[in-house]
Amino acid sequence: MHRTAVKKVVFEGVLDANDALAQANRERFDQAGTYVINMMSSPGAGKTALLEHTLDRMRGKLRLGVLEGDVQTTLDTDRLARYHVPLVQVNTDPGFGGECHLDANMVRSGLAELPLGDVDVLIIENVGNLVCPAEFKVGEDARVMVYSITEGEEKPLKYPLMFRSADLVLVNKVDLLEHLDFDLEQFLSNLDAVNPGVERIFTSARTGQGVEEWCSWLKRHGAPS
Amino acid sequence: MHDLAIADSVVQIASRHANGHQVTKVYLKVGHLRQVVPSALSFSFELVAQGTTVEGAKLKMEEIPATGKCRACGAESQLECFPLQCAACEGFDLEIVAGEELYVESLEMEDQELTG
Repeated sequence: MHRTAVKKVVFEGVLDANDALAQANRERFDQAGTYVINMMSSPGAGKTALLEHTLDRMRGKLRLGVLEGDVQTTLDTDRLARYHVPLVQVNTDPGFGGECHLDANMVRSGLAELPLGDVDVLIIENVGNLVCPAEFKVGEDARVMVYSITEGEEKPLKYPLMFRSADLVLVNKVDLLEHLDFDLEQFLSNLDAVNPGVERIFTSARTGQGVEEWCSWLKRHGAPS
Repeated sequence: MHDLAIADSVVQIASRHANGHQVTKVYLKVGHLRQVVPSALSFSFELVAQGTTVEGAKLKMEEIPATGKCRACGAESQLECFPLQCAACEGFDLEIVAGEELYVESLEMEDQELTG
């Protein structure tokens, strides 16, 4: 008995399985008339704080829902519970050793608890991480990135995948500009180097600056027609 | 960290296509614009292959250079780094035609037929 090697052509995308599930999610969202945002950032950029402002300001104007992705804890949903919007927490911990991102299947698992028909805009707050979430579609209509100026000017060049895939960048913590050696012009030029002309809004979750503009963006894209 | 999820998917694809045969090599194409770290992916691959028909297989990665076609002048250029820019007219409005790939191209497996 002698074993020989045979070659087999495969040509299968590594993320095909995830993309197919993302497409199924997307069809579910479209049927329900729900506009879906995949919100991504590094940990601590201010996603949840911005969401608090957003939920507060949009009360009675746009029906928002939130799917929270975290490796562990329900700390974020606990913070958002007082706004009384449809809210679900997905912990990635039971996955493969605590995944660093949400994938389409994890989002699907969270949808069972969300009354999509009552939600105009679903904001999926992804796990804080500048690399991994960008690889995994979850069925979103748009990708919104929160970047905080305390992260340094060079981040778009170091993490191009996420910055390239963003449809909107919320440049957050701008209230700190006067206290930091942060070169805003340099950052914007780095941002344009990886994603030329991408829409951007300057925000501060602390002072509320720019939240109005961000909410207008939300209404423009997500209000039922 | 997502190298684990990617490796897991590669192993699943390979074992499905091998259909019970022992896999010895997996050829993976990785576009230059993906954020895949070869050493981390190899390590994860070895780990998640354990106990499957892909255990012990070599993961062969080949990088595909990034190429963009300029929407202004039509020229195609190889893109080494950001900003992605047309080499002919220096424009920034490019259609990415290569460099975003991530797929299992082929695999080698043991054939258990008698050969003499």
